[in-house]
Amino acid sequence: MEPHAASTNPVAWSRKHLLGLEDLSRAEINGLLDTADSFAEISTRSRKKVPALLGRVVFNLFFENSTRTRTSFSLAAKRLSADTQDFTASVSSLSKGETFIDTAKNIEAMGADVMVVRHPTPGAPHLLAQHVQSSVINAGDGAHEHPTQGLLDLLTIRRAKGKIEGLTVCLVGDISHSRVARSNLWGLLKLGARVILCGPPTLVPKSMERLGCEVAYHLDEILPQCDVVNVLRIQFERQQKALFPSISEYSQLYGMTQERVRKAKEDLLVLAPGPINRGVELTPEVADGPNSAILDQVTNGLAVRMAVLYLLSGTNTKRSAAEESLGDTSTSK
Amino acid sequence: MKGFPALATIHITGGRIIDPSQEIDRIGDLWISRGRILPVGEGYEDAEVVIDARGLIVCPGLIDAHVHFREPGNEEDETIASGAEAALAGGVTSVACMPNTLPAIDSQAAAEFVILQAQRARKAHVYPVGAVSKGRKGEELAEIGQLVDGGAVGFTDDGAPVASASLMRRALQYASMFDRVIMQHCQVPELTVGGVMNEGFESTRLGLAGMPAAAEDIMVARDIRLAEITGGRLHIQHISTARSVELVREGKRRGVRVTAEACPHHFTLTDEGLRTFDSNFKMNPPLRTWSDVEAVIGGLKDGTIEIIATDHAPHAPEKKMRELDQAPFGIVGLETLIPITVHGLIDPGHLDWPEVIRKLTINPAQLLGINKGTLGPGADADVTLIDPEARWTIDPTKFRSKSRNTPYGGWEVRGRAHTVIVNGEVRYTLGGIVQPGTGDASS
Repeated sequence: MEPHAASTNPVAWSRKHLLGLEDLSRAEINGLLDTADSFAEISTRSRKKVPALLGRVVFNLFFENSTRTRTSFSLAAKRLSADTQDFTASVSSLSKGETFIDTAKNIEAMGADVMVVRHPTPGAPHLLAQHVQSSVINAGDGAHEHPTQGLLDLLTIRRAKGKIEGLTVCLVGDISHSRVARSNLWGLLKLGARVILCGPPTLVPKSMERLGCEVAYHLDEILPQCDVVNVLRIQFERQQKALFPSISEYSQLYGMTQERVRKAKEDLLVLAPGPINRGVELTPEVADGPNSAILDQVTNGLAVRMAVLYLLSGTNTKRSAAEESLGDTSTSK
Repeated sequence: MKGFPALATIHITGGRIIDPSQEIDRIGDLWISRGRILPVGEGYEDAEVVIDARGLIVCPGLIDAHVHFREPGNEEDETIASGAEAALAGGVTSVACMPNTLPAIDSQAAAEFVILQAQRARKAHVYPVGAVSKGRKGEELAEIGQLVDGGAVGFTDDGAPVASASLMRRALQYASMFDRVIMQHCQVPELTVGGVMNEGFESTRLGLAGMPAAAEDIMVARDIRLAEITGGRLHIQHISTARSVELVREGKRRGVRVTAEACPHHFTLTDEGLRTFDSNFKMNPPLRTWSDVEAVIGGLKDGTIEIIATDHAPHAPEKKMRELDQAPFGIVGLETLIPITVHGLIDPGHLDWPEVIRKLTINPAQLLGINKGTLGPGADADVTLIDPEARWTIDPTKFRSKSRNTPYGGWEVRGRAHTVIVNGEVRYTLGGIVQPGTGDASS
């Protein structure tokens, strides 16, 4: 059984890896979002499973803590009937001195078709992609990119607003340390949105304007223009030294409160990639209020990850000779 | 070519002899006998070896004032023998070896060990540079006088800057009584913690921790001032920023005893190279921006930067091919020195051959206080023959160095060492290393 929209409206996709949104064209991003739309329907069925990746093996290689992204990828893979296996650095042989690439090669030798990689160092998935035959999906590399998060944010905006082109989207918070910000930025710019990055100068480098966005330091000045606000988490664990004086001052300047929402457009869409620090970036009333799309993001994340796994598995034709001669009936055409 | 007897009389005919120490640039013959350059003249009829140098440049053996040979401690990356062999393949007959080994070269015995290993290898000359501080910890002065006795030609904690202004001041004062130079890796450590590349647009885009140019500028400014008040000799290693070049220029104008070196990667590459996340573009100081590259070239042109050095920094593949924050800084440079300098300086018309050779011979010889870098009568017969028109493709798998970490693999380049003579012995030809004593070319 094929997911109907993906088969009736085939998407041109030729990439083996998904490493970042910076590399993708507008058409490729739209293709991914269209495919995700069709997979979103599957999650509404009572039997939430298709056989697209039956017999394929998806490995989650997480060299950094994550709960929701890893769970989302696992569930996405399972809905496509793939076998999934988690590999977490803390319980691995990395502590015994094995290199990251050797670890990945070992996992590949166990038959991994797709490796979903999260790593604290920018470029680590790119390095891996050069050394393994499997498809590599970047599930977050340091402060560089988190393409599936970017895609799910795009999908959430597109579903809520019907379009992305022409919208004004503000990313608020710790842009410097945020891979979510970078992936969002590339995706939004490619799809024709106006992007404003907002936060204190210690968290929002002015040089980012050269990427084609705007930089603002005062949220209240730009909020009335915004159609979407994406509230990034303050990365306490990534921050080596205090880049702002106090949490309370930060909340006062940049926290999304009910009062701020009232001053914004009525249909302001509030996103937050999570996990959120309630009361810091976002008050509970806003997080749980009518403008919030936080839970839609989670649902859409599943659809996006199914779409990515599905499209990548269609281009990675790593098969044995025996498999070719027998004919592989289990995978999608 | 084969069969060079040791200490033969060598007649190099018809080459373009370039010797900036004597302001010579002419077509002519050069004679060598018993390890010495003979005076220009006729009547040396019985040369055992004749080298046809038509179309080649004949110059004093090149001197690289900044290499890392990793011995003792990290022999898997490079040994003194393998590094000295890489030097020959790059046309370099003398190198100054940085002291950041394990243990550091911070004692007379350690310096003498470097010299002994170089003598055993019998390839290029290797001069030890001693550590400024004991264990390169930046706390107490190393035994500078004893290191001088052991053969140290200068002092540095390279890899780590001398962060303490007070220690730097004492080092400049103390070393001045031996007329030795303090070579400084200029960088304010607090501004570069965790950094893997230049701080700027590219680091912001890639989400990588940056090292701001100001970290270098601030220490260059501080140290020039310290050299000024102490009268000591300061050498700025691997200068990489536009502002640093300007500071050195201004210091010289005031009469401060400051010199500077630039590395080929800092006048040919920028931080854009890291867009591929290739750790071969990770060095310290980091690759900067095009405006810095232009400023470094400007400094080379007007003499602000009088030395070209490689900062040859070998790392075994298993160490370098890692996540960017795990991979060590640095690239090998000896075997790409000539062609990358041609690419960056000669081909675009910034400098001509005599100007480049000056920065690779007499200028570093004066920096290090060594009696090299000249083809004057009676000088040590260290001679490099360069084929300036040789076109070739850089293939790291063919390096003599034990390491392969270079961003220049696959580059189509021009210019390479043709024949290298050390102490009057032909030790390298394009055909390969010549074994000492036997005169046979090995493959």
